[in-house]
Amino acid sequence: MKQYQCIVCGFVYDEEKGLPEEGIAPGTRWEDIPEDWECPDCGVSKADFEMIEIAATN
Amino acid sequence: MKPITLIGTGLAGYTLAREFRKLDAERPLVLITADDGAFYSKPMLSNALAQGRDPDTLVSADAEKMAADLNATVLTHARVERIDRARRVVVHARGEQAYGTLVLATGARPIRPPLQGDAADEALTVNNLDDYRRFRRRLDDKRKIAIIGPGLIGCEFANDLLETGHACDLIGPDAWPVSTLLPQPLGERLQAALAERGARWHLQDSVIAIDHADPGYRLRLQQGAPIEAELVLSAIGLRPDTRLAEAAGLSVRRGIVTDRLLRTSDPDIHALGDCAEAAGLVLPFVMPIMHAARALAKTLAGEPTEVHYPAMPVVIKTPACPLAVAPPPRDAGGEWRYESDDQGIAARHVGKDGKLLGFALCGDRVKQRMALTRELPPLL
Repeated sequence: MKQYQCIVCGFVYDEEKGLPEEGIAPGTRWEDIPEDWECPDCGVSKADFEMIEIAATN
Repeated sequence: MKPITLIGTGLAGYTLAREFRKLDAERPLVLITADDGAFYSKPMLSNALAQGRDPDTLVSADAEKMAADLNATVLTHARVERIDRARRVVVHARGEQAYGTLVLATGARPIRPPLQGDAADEALTVNNLDDYRRFRRRLDDKRKIAIIGPGLIGCEFANDLLETGHACDLIGPDAWPVSTLLPQPLGERLQAALAERGARWHLQDSVIAIDHADPGYRLRLQQGAPIEAELVLSAIGLRPDTRLAEAAGLSVRRGIVTDRLLRTSDPDIHALGDCAEAAGLVLPFVMPIMHAARALAKTLAGEPTEVHYPAMPVVIKTPACPLAVAPPPRDAGGEWRYESDDQGIAARHVGKDGKLLGFALCGDRVKQRMALTRELPPLL
């Protein structure tokens, strides 16, 4: 699973953990998150996130 | 067509340019900046040490790449000297730039306390990447740091410094840390968490002078004993940078006054970000910039759009005691109600009618942020 980092505030979206408090289940792939989703910390749009790390997946 | 000209390439300027380009690929766009125009993550300035990041790694694109991505002209090292509204021209260090519409995104300036002493000028302030580079160069192998101002930025920097083996003294007149945003019990929890990591607090006290000492500095306080430090960081607050607007005769109160279309008292000049006071609100945080930039981009693309602010909690990056706070409106009435245990505190500000008007969360309770945000009324 991968992690993505917000280029503005540094918030990291971790696919493995998801964001249950926002209704995004653990294991939700980045590409399955709606395009109008915004960074919960700073409001940057999904298009402005960057991938920072690729970990091995099973 | 005369260009849309932006003064400032911080988060407000570049975000507006990016949002505008999503709507209009053609209209000429010119951005003018006093610095090198690099796009960087400003919030990460206060936690880069613990993450082992050098200042340059916070840059995601230089001015050349930004100009190419935005199909814009970026004039770097071109500090603006004045705005000539009669001629619709901006006069800067490298020449003149015409505008059809002008946007001020000049940001804020650190407030500098009036200090005595032969080293009063040597307290560093950090409000942009250049400042931060200077801070890191001066920090080098120094260990003892004094921070004037126990607010949000002061505490974030303290946490980052403590995490990386530095000693920190924090000084300020406040009764508890981050007192402008946090209710007392959460401020005290943060105070204890940083104290546990070695922070020494000098609250309800003020620095009156900084003198050279060997090595470093000696800070004289109003009440307490003098403090020795190798480096002094001043973080007592920010003030909107309204200098150009004022000199151009625009309406200015705390910030550059705008309506909800982010229009100043001159309809051809807009303002957003830390320099602006939109509909009476000065909000020097990232999330309001995102909302303002999206609304203004639409307005500039021909569809007048008022800015709307949802409830926007502020996340305080102090890993020793994670915090999220949505302060209630001024004079909201009502009261704070607390639930607390060893793991954290959830504070809800409840109005007379029982409705939630604000909250402050620390420790484990920050998990409730999204749910509580949904209960809050919009800010504007």
